[in-house]
Amino acid sequence: MSIDESTESTAAEPIVRIDPETGNKVITLERNGESFDFVIGSSPEGTDIWQRVPYDADDYGPVENFDTDFDHADPAYNPNAPEVWKELRESGCPVAHSDRYGGMWAPITHDTVNEVAYDTENFTSRSVIVAVGRPGDLSLPAPIGGAPPITSDPPFHGVARRLLLPPFAPKKIEPWEEEVQKLCRALLDDMGEIVPGETVIDAAVQYAQNIPVNVIGRMLGFPQEDEELFRKFVHDALERIAEEPGTRVGGDDLGHYITKQIEEHRTNPRDDLTSYLLDEVEIDGNKLDDEVAAGMIILLLIAGIDTTWSAIGSSLWHLAQNPDDHQRMLDDPEVIPFAIEEFLRAYAPVTMARMVAKDNDFHGCPMKKDDWVLLPFPAANRDPKKFEDPDSFIVDREENRHAAFGLGIHRCLGSNLARLELRVAIEEFIRRFPRFELAGDVRWSVGQIRGPRELPVRILDVAN
Amino acid sequence: MRVHLDAEKCQGHNRCYALAPELFDVDDYGQAMLLVEGDVPAELQDKARLAASNCPEYAITITENG
Repeated sequence: MSIDESTESTAAEPIVRIDPETGNKVITLERNGESFDFVIGSSPEGTDIWQRVPYDADDYGPVENFDTDFDHADPAYNPNAPEVWKELRESGCPVAHSDRYGGMWAPITHDTVNEVAYDTENFTSRSVIVAVGRPGDLSLPAPIGGAPPITSDPPFHGVARRLLLPPFAPKKIEPWEEEVQKLCRALLDDMGEIVPGETVIDAAVQYAQNIPVNVIGRMLGFPQEDEELFRKFVHDALERIAEEPGTRVGGDDLGHYITKQIEEHRTNPRDDLTSYLLDEVEIDGNKLDDEVAAGMIILLLIAGIDTTWSAIGSSLWHLAQNPDDHQRMLDDPEVIPFAIEEFLRAYAPVTMARMVAKDNDFHGCPMKKDDWVLLPFPAANRDPKKFEDPDSFIVDREENRHAAFGLGIHRCLGSNLARLELRVAIEEFIRRFPRFELAGDVRWSVGQIRGPRELPVRILDVAN
Repeated sequence: MRVHLDAEKCQGHNRCYALAPELFDVDDYGQAMLLVEGDVPAELQDKARLAASNCPEYAITITENG
């Protein structure tokens, strides 16, 4: 199949119709001569591919009580999340609930988060982003999911994960340090002439958001000029959660893009992660299906971008307000590895999610099959039962078992890369700008990934 | 002092390898491996404690002699 044929077939207009018997919306997509039906609706369990969750944010309005009406996508949540967790904990509520999204639970203590993360029998990873659509029982293949291994359960999870672990092992990531350093320095150079005390830059837009997108794009062997597109894909997947899946405008763009990249790599194989997945790895002696390979590539592209960008942004946000911590890192470079872990603990960007696999009683909470369960690792990181003085940022905190990269079998695959990018990005920024301060309103992300999307800082000093 | 690594609990966070490479190595799958047998040399005991107290999965434990 040539690239042209692929483009033509995947770009065919979907046919949308309402099934008169069930009232479900059926979207038929023609692809490569075959047609696929995406069913959106509430037909009997077991027949759905996508189920529309009965939820309209407009019916609910802003959250007033997070214990009974938890919503991580409320615009007030991310800017104030540590206060929300503290209030919930202190009011004796280890697991918050919400009727939103068709039913959702939010454990907020380290113990309860850990328990859900480890219980792959009662909690499935088939969808890890809470949205108004969820995969039904026929969403294929349930234990593999759309972006393996993050959407996979055992035993396939382990098989898929084993393929992706080696390229992200510490010794494979370490050689990227120099490249990340060059990239960060180039971004700092691109800021042009800086007048100390006057120049205001946006540390999220001009710096943080450009780092992970560049690195993962290069690792996958995708064109560098597509970086803006990658950020759009991330936004589509993680922030447009209130729009109906399968019907959102541009919702299929990521799939089409990956299909084209796979075709291009089949024609011109090279030394990158895409060719590695297509040509080198095998499951039971067989090369990966295009669908599984595409799912893995989607995971690699989406998972590493706004997560790391959020961690870099939150760390700079902290330093802009805490010059003593900044100075300590400059004076005593040995403190830097501890400071990086403390940034990850205090400002962990990633809340994951599970779906309830079967009805179960969780510490008195009657959880029903297909309810969502958030996994707020950032809340677990501020649990006073596990961390001394958890709401204080201690730049040289020695004991730090934080869960920023998750707990259990789904530990973030890219954690070594994320740590490298975060450390180098912070080192380069604080050395170039030995003093900076907040210079205006910070705009925080909405949804499961928490970090500043606009971060104006005034540069007070520039190193030569 | 002895250090124990529970390989079943290890999920490949690689904190031990980063903090105490003299005591821990990691394989291609991120799985930690203990490099010392028996007593931990005196000069590495602080590093062993640091590795244990930074493991998110509580996979490393320390036994003090005596």
